[in-house]
Amino acid sequence: MNQPIVQVRNVTKNYRRDDFEIPVLQNLSIDVPEGEFLALMGPSGSGKTTLLNLIAGIDRPTSGSIVISGTDIATLGESALAKWRANHIGFIFQFYNLLPVLTAYENVELPLILTNLSKKEKREHVEAALSVVGLADRMHHYPRQLSGGQEQRVAIARAVVTDPALIVADEPTGDLDKKSADEILILLERLNREFKKTIVMVTHDPHAADRAKKIQHLDKGELS
Amino acid sequence: MKVLKLVYKNLLRHKLRTALTVLGIAVAVMAFGLLRTVVTAWYAGVESSSVNRLVTRHAVSFIFPLPIADQDQIAKVPGITDITHFTWFQGVYIDDQQFFPRVAVDPEKIFAIYPEFLITPEELAVFKKERNSCVIGEKTALKYNLKIGDMMSVRGDIYPGEWQFIVRGIYKPKDKATDATQMFFHYAYLDERMRQEAPSRAGQVGWYVMTVDNPDHAAEISAAVDALFANSRAETKTETEKAFQQSFVSLSGTIITSLKFISYVIIGIILLVLANTIVMTARERIREYAVLKVLGFTSFHISGLIFGESLFIAMLGGVTGIGLTFPVCRGFGEAMSSFFPLFNVEPSTIALSLVFSVSVGVIAAMYPAVKSVQTKIVDGLRQIG
Repeated sequence: MNQPIVQVRNVTKNYRRDDFEIPVLQNLSIDVPEGEFLALMGPSGSGKTTLLNLIAGIDRPTSGSIVISGTDIATLGESALAKWRANHIGFIFQFYNLLPVLTAYENVELPLILTNLSKKEKREHVEAALSVVGLADRMHHYPRQLSGGQEQRVAIARAVVTDPALIVADEPTGDLDKKSADEILILLERLNREFKKTIVMVTHDPHAADRAKKIQHLDKGELS
Repeated sequence: MKVLKLVYKNLLRHKLRTALTVLGIAVAVMAFGLLRTVVTAWYAGVESSSVNRLVTRHAVSFIFPLPIADQDQIAKVPGITDITHFTWFQGVYIDDQQFFPRVAVDPEKIFAIYPEFLITPEELAVFKKERNSCVIGEKTALKYNLKIGDMMSVRGDIYPGEWQFIVRGIYKPKDKATDATQMFFHYAYLDERMRQEAPSRAGQVGWYVMTVDNPDHAAEISAAVDALFANSRAETKTETEKAFQQSFVSLSGTIITSLKFISYVIIGIILLVLANTIVMTARERIREYAVLKVLGFTSFHISGLIFGESLFIAMLGGVTGIGLTFPVCRGFGEAMSSFFPLFNVEPSTIALSLVFSVSVGVIAAMYPAVKSVQTKIVDGLRQIG
């Protein structure tokens, strides 16, 4: 078995809403081996998006440790965590979250602004990423000129353009019709199989989860 | 693509909003520039005063006359090299909306003591000879299309009656700071008629202007002049020409203070206009900023986007406003040339406009930048819109 790229240990996460402390995850531990394609399923409010956010370093645990590729991200400061995210994580959102004023090319190029790559190298990376998702011919189109499935493929290209080891996807097919959803899932499978990307995907959809190598259920903050 | 390009693209997202904000700032900066120019124009006489001229006026107020007999006594005070007198005539030319200074002077001295009024020797010679002649500034000549030999009919108010003058000279200003709107005529012409029609007003002048050999001795010379007339029926107050001009400006102190206050209120309006736009913009983009943070953008980058957009709008509005200030001030200055003989946009006004534009750009972005930076990624991603 491969070494775990994600090691979540005894993580508790509570949210504070006004005067109430709401427990979301309680003493949760999980390992995700390198090269895994894990689907996290569970009812609404079960804490799966919270777990995904913690793994992606966009939220912090109340207690416990989260070690990704050997780095305990719970100990990193804001700037260091932002830099770490840029280098190690590709995030795919349910609603794509492309910037409407940028073309597909420019949206994919966004994470590369933070790198020291030359203009030529950036162009090669962006074109490669768009080719992987099959949108090389639409690179100069704006999001409003693309279908939902195409927008999500641009978002996937943006997630992989920095060549991160770990891709986290929050309901990536939740806003798509069945045909587009299938295309996205095939693409994720390909990223996992051909490009050896570790993928953690949150989904409600059993059909989407079936594409993963492993499915884990989360309910009331506990894995089963 | 650089972060700057992203700023540029964001600016074009709501073109109408950006354009209206830029226009609003431009109009406000232009209004600020115009008001500041009005204020500086008010002080123009003060700024263009000569350092080697002193003015002696009645101690109570310059509206009270002084005996012309004082001139010989003043002239003997050590340090005074020359002296002349002025008498404010005012009157109405054409109608009471046409204002330019009309002053009775000593034709033998006026152009010697005021070398900044340039007149040809030929015109000066004729002016000296003809008692009912006058010399006018070239701006007044241009405005009323007056030429040498033309008649000017002025209805007196301080000195009642109809007064006829023949234009015998048109003086040019030495530089931009010199007033080219005045009308000078013979004091003798005025005094002669006063002797006939109002003898009690004859032999009186408005104020004296003296040149001194050393401006550093102005205080001692002034004290010596005033000492001559202490405890007399017409005590005097002698001061530098600058202080004398300043006393005129002080009469309008409340108006000037109001104008200055309004000009700063305008800066406040600019700030509110821009702050409103930037706050709206940042609020609409909370989700996008959260996405950028997910991609690895730091608080520094997010602040840079907000400050960049705010500064760009503020500077574009500021530069446009400054560009508008020049033609507007030129038009205003021409329309109000009687009241403001010197109406030039000062470099300090431009510098202030630029400084305020940059400051407003920075201040307007502060709150939205702090708010955006402080918003947690997970909260930002939940934002709808």
